[in-house]
This record gives sequence, structure tokens and C-alpha cells, in this order.
Amino acid sequence: MILAWLLVLLLVGGVLAWVSDRVHAQLPRWVALSVTMACLLITLFLWLETPAPVNSTDTWLLRYEVPWIPQWGVSFSLALDGLSLLMLALTFFIGLVSVLISWKEIKNRVGFFHFNILWVLAGITGVFLTMDLFLFYFFWEVMLIPMYFLIGIWGHENRTYAAYKFFIFTQASGLLMLLSILGLYFVHGAATGSYSFNYFDLLGTDFTPKTGKWLMAGFLAAFLVKLPVVPFHSWLPDAHSQAPTAGSVILAGLLLKTGAYGLLRFVIPLFPENAEIFAPWAMFLGVLGILYGAILAFAQTDLKRLIAYTSVSHMGFVVLGVFAFNQLAYQGVVMQMITHGISTGALFILAGFLYDRLHTRDIRRMGGFWAEIPKMGVMALVFVMASLGLPGLGNFIAEFLTLLGSWVANPLLTIFATVGLVAATVYSLRIMQKVFYGKRENTHSLPDLSLREYLIALPLVAAILWLGLYPQPVLNRAQASLEEQLQAYTSPLQKSSSSGQVSLKVLPPDSVLIPKPKGASHALK
Amino acid sequence: MRLNDLLYLLPLLVLVAAAILTMLAVAVKRNHRVIFGITILAHLVALAVLLDLRGIQASLPPLLMVDGWGVFNMGLILWTSLGVTMMSYAYFEQREERKEEYYILLLLATLGACVLVISQHFMALFLGLEVLSVSLYALISYLRTREKSDEAGIKYLILAAMSSAFLLFGMALMYAVTGTMSFPEIGAYLRSTQEIPLLFLTGFGLTVVGIGFKLGVAPFHMWAPDVYEGAPAPVSAFIATVSKGGMVGLMVRFVTETGGYRNTSMLLIFTIIAAASMLAGNLLALRQKNIKRLLAYSSIAHLGYLLVAFLAGNQLGVEAVSFYLVAYFITTLGTFGVVALLSDNERDADQLEDYRGLFWLRPGTAAVFTAMLLSLAGIPLTAGFLGKFYLLASGVNTQQWVLVIMLVLNSVVGLYYYIRVIAVMFAQPEQAPEARKVLHPAISFASGATMAALALLLLWIGVYPTTLVQLIRGLLVTFMASR
Repeated sequence: MILAWLLVLLLVGGVLAWVSDRVHAQLPRWVALSVTMACLLITLFLWLETPAPVNSTDTWLLRYEVPWIPQWGVSFSLALDGLSLLMLALTFFIGLVSVLISWKEIKNRVGFFHFNILWVLAGITGVFLTMDLFLFYFFWEVMLIPMYFLIGIWGHENRTYAAYKFFIFTQASGLLMLLSILGLYFVHGAATGSYSFNYFDLLGTDFTPKTGKWLMAGFLAAFLVKLPVVPFHSWLPDAHSQAPTAGSVILAGLLLKTGAYGLLRFVIPLFPENAEIFAPWAMFLGVLGILYGAILAFAQTDLKRLIAYTSVSHMGFVVLGVFAFNQLAYQGVVMQMITHGISTGALFILAGFLYDRLHTRDIRRMGGFWAEIPKMGVMALVFVMASLGLPGLGNFIAEFLTLLGSWVANPLLTIFATVGLVAATVYSLRIMQKVFYGKRENTHSLPDLSLREYLIALPLVAAILWLGLYPQPVLNRAQASLEEQLQAYTSPLQKSSSSGQVSLKVLPPDSVLIPKPKGASHALK
Repeated sequence: MRLNDLLYLLPLLVLVAAAILTMLAVAVKRNHRVIFGITILAHLVALAVLLDLRGIQASLPPLLMVDGWGVFNMGLILWTSLGVTMMSYAYFEQREERKEEYYILLLLATLGACVLVISQHFMALFLGLEVLSVSLYALISYLRTREKSDEAGIKYLILAAMSSAFLLFGMALMYAVTGTMSFPEIGAYLRSTQEIPLLFLTGFGLTVVGIGFKLGVAPFHMWAPDVYEGAPAPVSAFIATVSKGGMVGLMVRFVTETGGYRNTSMLLIFTIIAAASMLAGNLLALRQKNIKRLLAYSSIAHLGYLLVAFLAGNQLGVEAVSFYLVAYFITTLGTFGVVALLSDNERDADQLEDYRGLFWLRPGTAAVFTAMLLSLAGIPLTAGFLGKFYLLASGVNTQQWVLVIMLVLNSVVGLYYYIRVIAVMFAQPEQAPEARKVLHPAISFASGATMAALALLLLWIGVYPTTLVQLIRGLLVTFMASR
């Protein structure tokens, strides 16, 4: 029930924020702030109250299910496991931050803006929680429209085009997923006689490889576009660079993660055999994305566009890891989802701070800011370092684990992916160099971080440091549910290439933090 | 036909009585408000009478057949016609023409559509169709001083007459082969023959022309944009909903009762028509700057979508058709309602520019319009999404992959022009618009309330469709069982 309350809180809060505009211009901000804060607290409470599950037989912490459209076998089914819990925590953290950064930036239609923010968050929350494919598609679409408005109304100069492109790309790919969902529904119904959209019912549906291939293609279409993987990424730079800061942060921090989450939650367990056949191609696309994104990021002059392309590059690691089918890589993927959400979000926030002061995103017109705004410089340095994968910061753990995992699955591609890390150093340092070092040309007066901006920056820095220094709680949380996603690959019943098992044998257990089931329980006590 | 059978026809009789009463009332004294009241009352009474007919399967040989499908369609038509009436009052109140005859014509057209959906005989079909069409000729060119309305009326008159001729000739050919004009008997004949005679197929093909014209599907769609543009906005809504819905109801009954789903050439023809309509409608709408024309093209495309479920032909297919009709009717009424609401006494608000910045000027109207457009585009939380979902489900279920893929691709194309309108509404208004002549609030209240009700209905069905699905299934029991 508490899961449903999260959604209700966000949806009602959104409407309330819209309406409260009439009462006082600042009220929507407080409404949105308190709603996201409340959601974050609920999530943290859930985290602290529930023990990290120790074995993969019982990964579900909470479930809530009521029939919705019983005639079609649709139920309002929510469930929470470690993976969703992590994603929820990220969602509300980022949500809180994006309300805060809009405090001064958004001046018109404040009520409607916060309505959209809260509804996007509601859609994302729904996507992370729902265990019914119909409902999943429902939420998948619900998060689009508010995002469209966020970009289309409060965006920068080329907003209409970017909003269109974003909407049409995601909607088209989403419809293909809907086809696949329906296909799965009927295949399952024809085989078992019970028509249901429930995830748990549909797991383990039998179909011929050919059917599976097409069904998986539909799901992949939606998730790979959202992630995005390289040939389908062209909406991302436009959407990210044109959106208002809060929009960019939510896009990069959360919306992309729904694609990764979809791959983990749906594609991998539903289509084990087909996914394995597709894996080399997917990993190739991932590596392509890593390198291509890095090269293009280096060539950008628009700061937000640059950061957008780094997202393409970082998301390449996610695809690489997801299709490596082993626990290590999956731990890496989850870490990557969270740390990328924080670090890239922070970079967009930084770009937003600079835009506030300079009214430009062109890095050719920046330079030499360190002397004047050293505090912002430090913040930038932290996240630039995070983005290039400096040990001690969260992203390092993520990329390292991913690469370890994918090495087992495909050494050659992993080597190329590692080259991407070098490229990341190049483009990341370029941000630092162009913006904060060099000669000061611009004569704008630059105030350093204000109190509000401190409030935003410090938690982000703390989070990325925590994830870099002590990621064990996160890994513990995710482990059991990741094992469950991998079940089809590791269980002896099904013939499958044993990449999952091999990985655990090849690596000495103490070389990295492979969370062993027994050692996991101490983490939060 | 026994006296008792009249009970089954009560809704029709109510409409007839109301039409006559209106006519007499006009003869006594012209009063817009009274006539409006009579029309509303007639609809409500007809709907109340209809309630008793649920679950009935009564054949009134040889012409009519009142069963679940017929009752469902009649109910839908009456509700829609009621909606059109509600939005007509404010619209015609500010018009120069005499207003009262409009309601007579509207009642008659509704009557025609109702006859259409319960007919099981060519004669009844033609009777219903002509009552509907002839009323529409007059309705379309009702505002005769406008320059576009004559064009629209003449165009519709000529093309509709032509298509009726096709239909008649087709029916004559089918009669020549089978020796009967009643649908069940034609079905019986077709089941008894191994191969369908060529003459019958020819006749059927000619009938398709007539049906296709009424539905406004490609390649018989040419009239739609001009007529929609020229007709008064409520009449456009009526054409897009009642007139098309009546034909869909008839088509489903005709094809089901004659066992047309076994006929592969029929399926092929309709597959081509469906694909062509989706493509033509959406592509032609892309660059459209006139809202009424845009909606015309969009409705061409939507009828194409609907045919996907029609072609499925099974229980799920008919359910999907019914559900989609409801969603589509609500949405279409809503969109044209907004157009009517924004029209002034000079012209209808049919230019895209009329909507610039609407969201900041009239947030309520714009919110309704946005919801309606999103529903047309098939975005969740609206009835349109579930309708489209139902269509896709029936298409996937019967594995019509070509059509299903076409539907998906076309939805994406459609999305482009729907959100273009939304984007215009959300754009900043360039200059403050000149003050419109504001009607008395009580007058526009009927329209406003209707719009609000439609929007709520749209959301309600979009979020909780169970009730509607149950209702449809309950009504379709008799229809599906009879096959």
C-alpha cells in the first residue's frame, strides 16, 4: 500500500502544485519540495526498515496488487525489490534536487512547471515499481507528456524542435514495445489459457526462438532508444541541451535509467535465449556508443550538448554490462545507473549555474573562472573527475565492475570499452580546462555559489563520494534482485552459456567486492 | 408485425414525435430556447426508453432487428447527438440564420442513423441512409450566407447521391443473385454455395463504394475535408461521429450476418482500404493549417484504425470496434465542441493561428482540447489510448501484422500533427487578442458543461475502463451468440 501512496502523493501533489499557483506564486515550489522530500523520506525509511534480502528466493520486499481491468487481465500491481528501491531513492533524490535548482530559474507558469516535474517523477516511479506490463507501458507513456511540456515550454531557444523529436522518438519506440507486450500476452494466453499482463505470470513463457526474437525486438526498441544506444540516440543531445536545467537533470538522471532498468527487469529474464543470441551485437553497440559518444562530446562547444554526449558514452557501459550476463557486470550496471544519475545531473546543474550567470552555454565564451568562483570550480572538479572515472568516486566503481564483468563475456570488446575511459578523461578534462582555466575573457561579474546552490551541490558531492568510498550497501541491496534477473542464465535447468557461473569462478573472491550472500546481511545493521 | 413490436421501436418513435412536435412548435412561435429544450428532452426520453431494451433480441421481420449491438449503437448515437445538441445552442445563438429548423434536421438525421444500425434488410438500410443523408444535405449548408457552406453542401449532395446510386446498384445485383434482401437469408444463401458468384461479388464491391463514402475512408474520402470545413462546427461533429458510427454499426452487422469474414476477397478489399485510409489521412493532415480540415483528415485515419478491429471479426474485434467508437465519439465531440466554443459570429475558429497561446488565455478550454488531442493521438490516461490498445490487441490476436505495423507507424505520424496543435496552444501569444463578443454566461454554460463532462468522461474511461468494457460485453452477448 505504501507503494501506491508514493504514486498518489506525487500525482496529487502535482495537481496541488498547479492549483496553488493561484494562491501564491511561491507556493508550488514548496508543495513540490515537500512532496519530493516526503517521498525521499519514505524511500529511505523503507531502506532502513527492510533488511537486505540474503538469498534470491525472496527478493520482493513489498507487494501491492489490486485488479484494475480484470476483463483484460490487467492489475494495478506494484512490487519493490532491492533494485527498485535503489532506483526510487535515486528518483526522489534527483527530484528533490531538480525542484531546488528551479527555484530561481523558472519564473513563469511556476505552478504548471511543478505539476509537470511531479508527474514526470510519478511516471518514473511507476515504471520502477510496476509489475504489470500493461501498467508498465501506461507509466512509460505517462512520463513522456510532462517531459514534453518541460522541454517545450521552459526550454531554450530551439525547444519546440527538441520537444517534438524527443516525443516522437520515444513514442514510436514505445508503441513497438506495446506490440511486443500484446504479442507476449497472447502467446502466453494461448499457451496457458489464462490471459494476464502480470510480469510474474509472463516470466517463463514458452515461445519459439523466432517469436521470441520479434517480441524481444519490440522491447529492445523502447529501451535502446530511451537509453540511448548509438544509432537511436539522436533525440538525446537536442532534448538534453534544450531542456531547462531541471529537465536536463531528470532526463539524464532518471529517464535514461528507465531504459536500463527495462533491459534488466524485462528483456533479460523474459527472453533469456534470444538475449544471449543478441548479446554480442548489443555489446558491440554499447562499445560503439562509448567511443562515439566520447568523440562527439569532445567536439562540442555547447556545454549542455557536451554533457549530453557524455551520457551517450556512459550509457554504453550500461548496455555492455547488461549483456554480459553476470553478477559482477550487473552490480556495475546498477552502480553506473546511480552514479551517472548523480554525476551527470550535477554537471547539468553546473551548466545551469553558469547559464544563470552568463546566459550562454557556449564554452568558447568561458574560461578562467577559477579565480573568481573557486567553490563552483571545486564542485565542477569533483564531478568532472567522477565523470572520467577517478577512483574514490562512484563512477569508478561502476565502470570498473562493468568492465570486469564484461571481460569474462567478451574480452575484445572490453578492451575497446576501456579505451573509452581514456577518451572520457580527454573530454572531461576539456570541460575543466575551457571553463575554469585559461584566460579570462568574459567580463561578467560572477558571484560564487549561493546558499541554495550550496544546498544542492553538497549533497551531490557527498553522495558521489559515499558511492565511491563505501558502495557496499548499494551492492548488497541490488544483489539479490540481480541474481533473480540472472536466474534463467545460471540455473542448471536451462541450457545456456555459463558466463554467469564462470565469472564467479574466475575471479578470486577477495579481489573486488563480490558480495557473498552471507556477508551481506551486516551492511545496514 | 404485432402491436407489441412497437415497444421495441419506441426510441425511434420518440424521435419522430419530437421532430413533428418541433415542427409544430416552430409554426406556432419561433423560440430557440423552447425548441432546444424539446430536442434535449426527446433525446433523454429516447435514452430512457432504450434502457428497457437492454438484453433484448427482437427481430421485427423483415426489416429490423433490435439486439444488443443495435441497442449499443443507438445509445451511442443518441448520447452523441445529445452532445451535439448541447453544443449547438451557444453556437447558433450567435448566428444570423433562423435557428429552429436546425433541430428538426438534427433529430431526423439521428433517426436515420438509428434505423441504420438496427436494419437487417436492404430496404431498411436504404431508408435509414437516405433519412440521414437528406437531413445532412440541409444541415451542412445550414449557414447559407457563408461562402464555404454552399460549396460543402453541393459537394456532399452530389457525392452522396452518387454513392447511394452505387449502393443501390450493388444491392440490386446481390438481390439478383440471391433473390432476397434480408441479411440472414443472404448469409444462408452464401453458406449453401461453394463458390460465390461473380455477380454477387460485383454487387458487394459496389456496396463497398457506398459504405466507404459514408465512412469517409480512402479512396472515397475526398469530400471529407471540404465538407468538414464548410459545415457549421456542430454539424461537422455530427458527420464525424453519428453518420460514420451508424455506418460502422450497419457494416459490422451486414458482414457478420452474411458471414462475410469467410470471404477472402472482402477481407483483402477492406485491408487495402484500412491501410490506405491510415496513410492518406495522416499524411494529408501533416501540413494542414486549418483545424477543421486537420480533424477531417484525422478522422479518415481513425476510421482506418477502426477497420483493423473490424477485420479481426471475432468477439474481441467487435468489442474493440465498440470501445473505439465510444472513445472516438467522445474525443471528436470534444474537439469540435472546442472549435464551436471558440467560433465567433464571423467565422468558425478553424485556423491554427486562432489557437496560439490559448493555454494562457483560456486555460480550461485549452486543457480540454489538449486532452482531446492526446486522446486522438492515443496517449495514456485518455480513452483514446485504451481504444487504440484494444484495436492493437484485436489486430495482434488475429495476427494481422501488416495492418498492426501500419497502425503503429501511422500513430507516430499522427502524433506529429496533434502535438503541433498542442505546441501552438502552449506558445506565447504574440499580441493580446482583440476582445471577443462574450455571450451571456448562461448560454455558453451548456457548451462549457458539455465540454467538461466530455473531458471527465474521457479521463474516466482512460483510467478505469472496466465499466465500459463490462457494458459492451453485456450488450454484445446477444449479438455474438446469434452468430
